[in-house]
Amino acid sequence: MVQLTLPKNSKMTEGKVWPKLSGSVETREFRVYRWNPDDGANPRIDTYHVDTADCGPMVLDALIWIKTKVDASLTFRRSCREGICGSCSMNIDGVNTLACTRGMDEVDGTVKIYPLPHLQVIKDLVPDLSNFYAQHASIEPFLKTTTPAPEKEWRQSHEDRTKLDGLYECILCACCSTSCPSYWWNDDRYLGPAALLQAERWIVDSRDEATGERLDNLEDPFRLYRCHTIMNCAKACPKGLNPAKAIADIKKALVERQV
Amino acid sequence: MAETKAPVERPLSPHLQIYRPTLTMMMSIVHRITGAALFFGTLLLVWWLIAAASGPDAYAKFSWFASSLIGRLILLGYTWALIHHMLGGIRHLIWDTLHGLDPVGREWLVRANLIGSVVITAVIWIIGFLVMGGPL
Repeated sequence: MVQLTLPKNSKMTEGKVWPKLSGSVETREFRVYRWNPDDGANPRIDTYHVDTADCGPMVLDALIWIKTKVDASLTFRRSCREGICGSCSMNIDGVNTLACTRGMDEVDGTVKIYPLPHLQVIKDLVPDLSNFYAQHASIEPFLKTTTPAPEKEWRQSHEDRTKLDGLYECILCACCSTSCPSYWWNDDRYLGPAALLQAERWIVDSRDEATGERLDNLEDPFRLYRCHTIMNCAKACPKGLNPAKAIADIKKALVERQV
Repeated sequence: MAETKAPVERPLSPHLQIYRPTLTMMMSIVHRITGAALFFGTLLLVWWLIAAASGPDAYAKFSWFASSLIGRLILLGYTWALIHHMLGGIRHLIWDTLHGLDPVGREWLVRANLIGSVVITAVIWIIGFLVMGGPL
């Protein structure tokens, strides 16, 4: 349901201002969303002063610097630090992106960091993505065939293989789905851009033999058609993919099979 | 047995409060608002038709309203909403054919929609005044 304001327990309050470390050369102000399940308080926004001369250039470098040097309780997900694992997705400067590939110099002024939007918060910048993963599983992201498996591999022409470009690169970071207002209001019934891009990846795969079944599953006023081409997904994707186009492709395939 | 804690009610992370507005996002909501406004605008159209069918007195009442300052502002808004929503429909039709979904195309389309609606509305009103006359 559309609820434009935040519930009472989610309203943010002003948090702690952490003092500058002595000996800091060049500092950059960071405002970071904090919520601790153990203290019973509302979420708060803490202020940190990162010594940019003492840490790497990316926003993730700054978060790790804060955790190491200032506040060990700051909680966030991260792993590969090179934009391939999708763990450090968060809202930076008002846009969903990966902290590891967003440079601090790409942000004007204070760096404001929130968890991915409109999700249950587990702690600080760590949101609950269970529903997101369940939606991905629901599109059955694996090869489905009825013909007997060949002795070696399922073969594919170079031309058919190129149809997967722009789709297979998705790292399931959830930046797109959680940037989508339609997904915010209907995440219980709308699959969202990430799951639909993955659905398209299997629909266009020349080796897959369940195309009709896959389309049947999507032909639904909510699962697919809650997409209103708002385009926040395509603008947010840190891998430069275009979920809006993938969804338009599915809608077109549904029309085409009727005529 | 270990004491089990009552489950904590997790907060919802901020969304509209913090997301930086994008033009395509704003145009989507304006498309919906203009669509809803057209519902009320159609009531004006119905009033006009009923007034025209009911006779000179009823029509005079409508004319008085339509030529008042407030009436004109409402009609101007209705014209703009109609044109904006129509161009928005064309924009979605183009997107449905898989054109203009790329970063350049989509920004161009929403800008054309916005500028087009203002220009066409102005042209319609200028022609209206030229053809129908009336105090400016």
